[in-house]
Amino acid sequence: MKAPRKVSLTVNGEALSGEASPRMLFADFLRDVLGKTGTHVGCEHGVCGACTVIVDDVAVRSCLMFAVQAEGADVKTVEGLADGEELHPLQKLFSEHRALQCGYCTPGMLMTAIDLVASNNALSEQDIKVGMSAALCRCTGYDGIVKAVTAYAEQVHGKPIKRESDNG
Amino acid sequence: MKPPLLDILTPSSLAEALSLLSEHGDEARPLAGGQSLVPLLNFRMSRPAILIDLNQIADLAYIKDAGDYIAIGAMTRERSIEDSDLVRKEAPLLQEATTQIAHLPIRNRGTIGGSLANADPAAEYPAVVLALECELVVQSVRGERRIKAAAFFEDVLTTALEPDELLTEIIVPKAPSGSSSAFVEIARRHGDFALAGIAAQITFANSAPTDVRLAVCGAGTTASRLTAAEEIIQRDGVGPEAIKAASEAAASAVDPMSDLHASADYRRRLTGVMIGQAVEKAAQRAGVIS
Ligand SMILES: Cc1cc2nc3c(=O)[nH]c(=O)nc-3n(C[C@H](O)[C@H](O)[C@H](O)COP(=O)(O)OP(=O)(O)OC[C@H]3O[C@@H](n4cnc5c(N)ncnc54)[C@H](O)[C@@H]3O)c2cc1C
Ligand code: FES
Ligand code: FES
Repeated sequence: MKAPRKVSLTVNGEALSGEASPRMLFADFLRDVLGKTGTHVGCEHGVCGACTVIVDDVAVRSCLMFAVQAEGADVKTVEGLADGEELHPLQKLFSEHRALQCGYCTPGMLMTAIDLVASNNALSEQDIKVGMSAALCRCTGYDGIVKAVTAYAEQVHGKPIKRESDNG
Repeated sequence: MKPPLLDILTPSSLAEALSLLSEHGDEARPLAGGQSLVPLLNFRMSRPAILIDLNQIADLAYIKDAGDYIAIGAMTRERSIEDSDLVRKEAPLLQEATTQIAHLPIRNRGTIGGSLANADPAAEYPAVVLALECELVVQSVRGERRIKAAAFFEDVLTTALEPDELLTEIIVPKAPSGSSSAFVEIARRHGDFALAGIAAQITFANSAPTDVRLAVCGAGTTASRLTAAEEIIQRDGVGPEAIKAASEAAASAVDPMSDLHASADYRRRLTGVMIGQAVEKAAQRAGVIS
């Protein structure tokens, strides 16, 4: 039975549902069925990270999940970060540190960084570099991204992180 | 690209999954974390008519202390293994290797069972289960069998699993006291598949190695044990001369492939270099060398 099925889930706190045939990727369901086009699609094989969203509290590639697997899931996408006009603290830091240029990678970078910072309260700058290499950026050279995520980790965990540049 | 037309069946128990698999035979593939299978579907390199989604089978995801060994359910996520205090304490090699698999968002979905069943020649877990001499529990409607890690990996992406069988549990013997381990690899970027990686598990008594297990990934059609190198370390210890001889023995034992990531020659050299680093690191951690 390959007929479309109803998928009901929570996205950014809102109960939503839509129809998906079994082959539909979760990334396409978010964008084309639910209209949440903030989640971007780059490579469709798990490499670029542009499609990263948070499902049941952890970051996952939405291009490597099927829509029907999201039945009942609690999902957070980039649309859920800001509170009205008030940007999320990580979005503010991305802006301050010039962590984006074209912005294509940014939604995936933000969702990747949120899980990375939540996963470990003793991140080093090197851990952040390694962690953020989970998503590809073709524009920025990562300098601003690493600075923004490092500052965010300091805010969340309330303690300073030693930068490589601190060595002199 | 997008996956081919297919159907997804979602059993909620192992028994149901096994009967679906036996009913649909070659038409069906089990779907674990999807981190290897979905890319293959998106590229249309795999075209099963039916996916049997194992993600709703709650009792396939666990890490249990079973006395002499740890039992890990096939659907346990790589992230849960990385974060497990039990694994860190009793099988540190498995924990260290896990942190070198891909990136956090991949490890959030990817499973140990999926990685072993997939049998990518460059994957970390096959080398780890060879070095730890794990047993793999496999089930089908026909019954259960246990396969030793050494008999599980047959060829590139090919294992001893029959089409109607599921890998259900990995039996990981606890590392003996006095043992030490290291997992080292070289990849172009952290998170990429290894060009060559070594899993080393060594037991020492009075500073002398008494049980040496060295397994390589990325340097052949499957992960494998490097017995010549193991024998040298066991006989001659962990001094610089012995490590050099073991590195050379390892490099000449492997038969790597050339691909767009690295030539066979380079992988062979790396295997030797990684042996040196892995044995040194394990010996340092045991306090046998400084
Ligand atoms: C960008 C990227 C980088 C990666 N880097 C690495 C890396 O550095 N090292 C590494 O090891 N892996 C890497 N992977 C792969 C990742 O670890 C996969 O999660 C893993 O190899 C497969 O696990 P899975 O649970 O996702 O399995 P799936 O993709 O769901 O399944 C893989 C195969 O195993 C079969 N299968 C799954 N479970 C079972 C079972 N219980 N019984 C029988 N058959 C089963 C499936 O039918 C399929 O053929 C990477 C993946 C991506 C996308
Ligand atoms: S589109 Fe999902 S990782 Fe690239
Ligand atoms: S800002 Fe353009 S890809 Fe990252």
